[in-house]
Amino acid sequence: MNEVFSITVLSLEVSGLATILSLLVGLPLGTLLALGRFRGRAALLSVINTGMGLPPVVVGLAVAMLLWRSGPLGDLRLIYTPWAIILAQWVIAAPVVTGLTAVALQQLDPRLQLQLLGLGASVPQMVLALWREARLPLIAALIAGFGSVISEVGASMMVGGNIRGQTRVLTTAIVLETGKGEFERALALGGLLLLLTFLINLALTLIQQRGARQRGRP
Amino acid sequence: MIEVTDLLVQRDGRAVLAIDHLRIERGEVLAVLGPNGAGKTTLLLVLARLLAPERGRVTFHAPTGPITSDLEHRRRISVVMQDPLLLDRSVFDNVAAGLRFRHVAPEEVRRRTEAWLHKLSIHHLRDRPGLKLSGGEAQRVALARAFVLEPDLLLLDEPFSSLDVATRQTLASELRRLLHDTRTTTVFITHDQAEVRDLATRTVWLEDGRPPTDTP
Repeated sequence: MNEVFSITVLSLEVSGLATILSLLVGLPLGTLLALGRFRGRAALLSVINTGMGLPPVVVGLAVAMLLWRSGPLGDLRLIYTPWAIILAQWVIAAPVVTGLTAVALQQLDPRLQLQLLGLGASVPQMVLALWREARLPLIAALIAGFGSVISEVGASMMVGGNIRGQTRVLTTAIVLETGKGEFERALALGGLLLLLTFLINLALTLIQQRGARQRGRP
Repeated sequence: MIEVTDLLVQRDGRAVLAIDHLRIERGEVLAVLGPNGAGKTTLLLVLARLLAPERGRVTFHAPTGPITSDLEHRRRISVVMQDPLLLDRSVFDNVAAGLRFRHVAPEEVRRRTEAWLHKLSIHHLRDRPGLKLSGGEAQRVALARAFVLEPDLLLLDEPFSSLDVATRQTLASELRRLLHDTRTTTVFITHDQAEVRDLATRTVWLEDGRPPTDTP
C-alpha cells in the first residue's frame, strides 16, 4: 500500500511539474504566435501543431539519447531519474499548451488588442487582459497538457527506467504488473490513475465552467 | 494640441492616407467625413498611435512639451470604436479598465467610475456582464469607459453606426451634452450629416486618403 501511495505521489509530482513548466513556455510562446507578426511564424506554428501529436515513445527515445552517459547532456546524470521523466513529459505537453494557447487567443476579436491599447494599456497589460478574456479555452489547454502526460507510458519507461522506489509511476507500474500477469493489480492501478485524472480534470473543469456561468448570466 | 505633418500610410504598396498637414486645436470637435475606404479609420488609428505611418509625424503638444512615448500619448487619449468591444467583465470593471491600466488609486477608480455610470444612465447595469448588454447599453458603457479617463483627446470611430435610428439619435444627443459639459477635444468619424451639424465645430473631408480640405 505504501508503494502504491509513493508511486501515485511521484506520478502527480512529475506530471504536475511537467505541466507547470509547459505552461511557463507555452503561454508566452502561444501568445507570441497568436499576436505576433514575424517571418517564419507560419512555419513555427506548423512545427508546434505537429508537436501536439508527438508519439511519447519517440520523445522518450530522443530524450534518452540526449541524457545517456555518452549523450550531449550525459554529464548531468539525469537519465533514470524523475527529472528525466519531467523533461520528456515537458517535451510532450509544451506543444499542446502552446498550440491551444495560440488558438484560444486567435479566437478573440483582433480589434480588442487595439481597443485595449487605445484605453491606455501597456503591452504587458494588454496581454494579461487578453489572457483573462480567453481564460476558458486557456484552462482547456491546461487540462489537455496535463492529460497528455499523466497518461503517457512510453517516454516515462524509456527515460525513467521504471525503477522501484525511484522512477516508477502509475503508467509504468501498470505495464510491469500486466507483464507479470498480475492483472488484478494492474487493473487496480489503472482504476486509480483514471480516478486521479478524473478528479484533477473535474477541479479544473469546475473552475472553467464557473467562468462560463458568469459569462452566461443574463 | 495635436499635429500631423507629412503623413503617409501605405498598404500593399498603395497610399491609403497622405496628409501634408493637419492641426487639431484644444476644444475643437472635428468631424472626419468621406466615402468608405477613404482612410478615415486609418487617420484615427494614426492619431491614437495605434498604427505607425510609413512616413510623417503625429505630435501631441502637452503643456510640458511634445510627447514622444507611444504609451504616454495613448494615456492622454480615449478611443471608442464602431463596435463597443467590451470585456468579459462587469459593466463597472469595463468602465474602470482604463483607470486601472493607469494605476489610479482604487478609491479614485470607484469614485470616478460610479460618477460616469450615473452620467451615462447605466448605473443600474453596474454589476451586469458587459457581454450581455443590448447594443445601445454597450455603446453607453463604451462612452463611459472613454469619458471616465478625462482624455485630452477623444477619438470616436462611427460609434453609433450599428445602432437603430432612435437609439442613435438619443446617444448623439447625450454625446453632444457630454462634449459641451466636458469641452473635450474630439475627432469623430461619421457618415451622418445630422451628427456633423449637431456636434462638429469643423469638418475634414477625406477621399482616397488624399490631402483633406478643411471646411470652416
